[in-house]
This record gives sequence, structure tokens and C-alpha cells, in this order.
Amino acid sequence: MIKIIKPGLLTTVQDLGRYGLQKYGVIASGAMDQLAHRIANLLVGNEENKSALEITLIGPVIEFTENTLISLAGGNLSPKINGVPVDLWRPILVRKGSKLSFGPCKTGCRAYLAVAGSYQVTTVMGSDSTYIRAGIGGFLGRPLKAGDVLNMERMTSCSKRIFQQLSNEIGERDYIEATWKVDPMITACYIDKKPIRVIVGRQYHWFTEESKQAFFREEFMVSSQSDRMGYRLNGCHLALSTDKEMVSEAVSFGTIQVPAEGNPIVLMADRQTTGGYPKIAQISSVDLPVIAQAKPGDKLQFRLISVEESQLKYLEREEQIKQLRLGISLLHR
Amino acid sequence: MDYQLHPFGDNGIMIELGTTISLDIQKKVRAVASFLDQNRFEWMIEYIPAFTTVTVLYDMGHHELVKDGHYPYDKACEKLREGMAGLLLEETQDPRVVEIPVCYGGELGPDLDFVASHNGLSIEEVVRIHKTTTYNVHMIGFAPGFPYMGGMSEKIAAPRKETPRLTIPAGSVGIAGNQTGIYSIETPGGWQIIGRSPIQLFRPFNNPPSLLQAGDLVTFKEITYQEYIDWEDRDDKNH
Repeated sequence: MIKIIKPGLLTTVQDLGRYGLQKYGVIASGAMDQLAHRIANLLVGNEENKSALEITLIGPVIEFTENTLISLAGGNLSPKINGVPVDLWRPILVRKGSKLSFGPCKTGCRAYLAVAGSYQVTTVMGSDSTYIRAGIGGFLGRPLKAGDVLNMERMTSCSKRIFQQLSNEIGERDYIEATWKVDPMITACYIDKKPIRVIVGRQYHWFTEESKQAFFREEFMVSSQSDRMGYRLNGCHLALSTDKEMVSEAVSFGTIQVPAEGNPIVLMADRQTTGGYPKIAQISSVDLPVIAQAKPGDKLQFRLISVEESQLKYLEREEQIKQLRLGISLLHR
Repeated sequence: MDYQLHPFGDNGIMIELGTTISLDIQKKVRAVASFLDQNRFEWMIEYIPAFTTVTVLYDMGHHELVKDGHYPYDKACEKLREGMAGLLLEETQDPRVVEIPVCYGGELGPDLDFVASHNGLSIEEVVRIHKTTTYNVHMIGFAPGFPYMGGMSEKIAAPRKETPRLTIPAGSVGIAGNQTGIYSIETPGGWQIIGRSPIQLFRPFNNPPSLLQAGDLVTFKEITYQEYIDWEDRDDKNH
């Protein structure tokens, strides 16, 4: 099991979301950065949808009360084991009694901590994600607090193989990192500062010519009013060219809607299920991890692509993940 | 049935059944929703019905959508069209009528006075009008189990609060414009609160987790403060 010594700013248990119930208004929740979440799980031999900890901006201090196979993925929040910096994107075997802590955000703002076997929590409505507002799911329906103790489920045979191999090599050390890591091709999106790819939104044509152009020309800053539900962006004001009344309809992860005051809002993991503000654009699935790692003060730019290109990029990414999954399953045979 | 399909991001299809809120269009929305419930496509993740649209979210990488070199969107549209070809707007069974007990006014309905004075009515008249109307649940959204209901009398319509309250307790019955609704979980909100129900609208451990569903008819039954307090089905977590 693991013990929370300090909780950090916002540390929650998440999986890939609570799907199938949005028709009843139940929000999807789930990891903000699903790419990092999935990879963190794969690295310790878990299925991709298992629970992992989402760690935000200021990381927790966690003690391992038994030898534990872990991995860290996503934002680089300067993780350390017993004070010594450790790497992201690779399995790490941590000795019993060791402590994991974090420092400044070097890149991104959300790190994912997976453990072999994943965390033992009560599944609610088919998901292990924490739905903070309703107080359900994850660990007792709330962010972690000091003193919380989380148990692990049983390891898969893949987890056991990785665990065993690293156990053979750890010797007297506090921890040992695997010699291999995730192909930098997959994680390049976190480092390259490229405009975020979007598809036109359902009400794109409701905006003035000037606003449509400005949306793709100007920079927008992530404001401090940004959380798991959505990011408010500051930049040029976007105006409608029509006074048409919008009828509420579905929104989804990455919807960019514009309320009357003209500053766009990007809807994220804890978004509501429906919305009544015009949607100017929708972030391409393949770039959701990039925006999930954006923090207040970061500047963003948007670039328009077609639905077809967006789907192609998504399928390319899935192929890379498939290769990674295959590689891990073969590596420790 | 007439409809249009539009891409919704890169992993959704919006089925547009109309552009204005009406009972006719709502009936179509329900027909499509029940079609999707009965003909679960393997590649469909879920669907979100609203006033005039049903949005289908799908798994772009599903093998049924990526074969033959098609784009997943085109393939998913093709399969939806095939499936919906024979879809008729048959009269489904009579809508359910759900009675919701409400204790009006006092500390449970702090804005009842405002709604009365705004409309030049007495408190009793507002309550009488509110509880003698039958409402239609157009859709569930905004929060889990939160019903958007139509059919409220214009006589008791009231604007939203200029500054939303930071917390509104679950069960609160509110008015915004000519809509009435019931807060299903504790949340910030700007509706004028005229009473509170002891009934749980959001039931996370039930299937489905929402007491109400689109298409239901809702009536309100006035209860006393004591009846509210003594209600057996109370959800104490939310108080």
C-alpha cells in the first residue's frame, strides 16, 4: 500500500472516465491527460483504463510501505525518491519505506503516478474516477488528504514479470529504474511548442469574419480561472455576427465555447454534459494531452485542420501506443 | 424521419432533428435515443440527447470504422444512416408522471417572496400556479439528473439572479425565465429558489442514476416543513 504524507495541491484517483451516463447528466470526469495516464499504466503492466493518481502543479509526498513497481508520466514535476531525482516514462521499482516527493513544474502541470496492480477503490457507475462535485468515485469521492492509505489490486502477469526483473537488479538501492523508456516520438508532443490543432465548431459560422481570423492569428493566455472543468482563456474578444438564440446541445472534451463577454472557455475532463454557448472550435483529440498540461499563464495558439486529418493523426498515435503495448508485453517474457 | 448529420469534433456525430424547442422535436429525439439504446453499435461510446439534437460519441479506432480505408467519420455516418433508415416515429407508451413533493418558501425557498413581488402576486398564488401545472422534461443535463422542464406559466416567470449563489442545496426547486428546474446536486447556480424537495434526483448507486428522464411529466405536490423534515427518502449527505 501507499501512504499519503502530504497531499499536494490536488491529487485525485482517475481512470479514463465514466462513460455511458452523460445522457443522465453524469459528467465523464477521468484523467485530464489521457495519453500520459494510459502510458503510466502500460509501463507497470496494467490495463490502460486502470486507476492512477493525477497530481496537479504541487505534488504530494508519498510513502511506499512495501516494494512497489511504479511509473510517472505526463508533466515533469521534478519527482524524487528519497531526495534523488527520478525519470518519467519508465518503470521504477521502489523499495519499501522510500518516499516519493515532487518539486517545481519543469514541463506541464499534471503528473500521473501508476502502481502495478492499480489502486483499490470502489467502482461507482462503472468508473474509478473521482467526481469531486458529487462526492463519489475514486478515493471516498474526494481529493487525497494527509494520512490516507491506498491499497493495491493484484498484479497482472505482465506487472509481475517487470517487478521480478527489477527486483533481481535492485541490490541494496532505494529504487531502480528500468533501462528502457517510452519512445520519444510519442512524448514529443509535450516538448514541441506547436499551435494546438482544432476542428471548426458547430457555430463557427456564427462569429464575425474578424473574430474567426483573430482566433487563429492571436495568442490566448490560460487564465487563473482554470480547473478540471474548463480553462478560461484571455486574449482578443470574439464576437458573434448573429443574434440567433442557441439551443443547448452536447459539449465534449476539448469543446471551445464562447460566452457573451467574448473570452473563450475550453471544456475539460469535468465538463458539464450540455452547453448553451456557441462553439467556435473543438480541439483535435490528438492535442488534448497538450492542453491538459497547460497551466495558468501559458500562451496558446490554434491551428485549423480538417476532421479527416484529425482522425488520421489520432489513428497514427493509437498505432504508436499499440506498438508500445506490444513492446512491453514482449520485453519481459 | 428527417435529420441531418454533422461532425462533432473528430469523434462525434451530431444528429440534428430540428432547430427549435418543441414537443414534436422532443419526440423525435426520444425516438432516436431509444433506437440507439436498442441497436447499440459496438463503436459507439455513448450518446447525449438534448432539446433538438442527439450527439453520438464514437471510438475512432474501432475496427468496424477503420476498415476499407474509409475515414471513421464517414463509416460511422454510413452505419447510422443504414440503421436509422427504417426508423419510424411510432407512438411510444404514455409518458410517466412523476410527482415531486416540495416544501415551498421559508428558509427552503428564499426567493419565493421575490418571485411573488416581481409578478405582483401573493406567495400563495405563486405556489398555487406552480403546483397545479404539469411540466414536461425536455432533457437531463447541466448536472447529473437535473431536468430542464417546460410548460411553466408565464405568470410566475422571473429572471435569474444577477449574482449566482455559490451553493444551492440539492433538491432546491428554482425558476429561471419561464423554466422551472430542480437542483439535483449541491452546486452554484443563479435560479430563483422557491422551495425544496426531499426527493433525491441523482441516485449514483441506482440504474439509471437519474430519477427523471426526458419525456417524463412532472407534477409538484406541496408538503409542510415537518413533512419535509420527516421524509424517509431524504438524502442526508446533501444537507
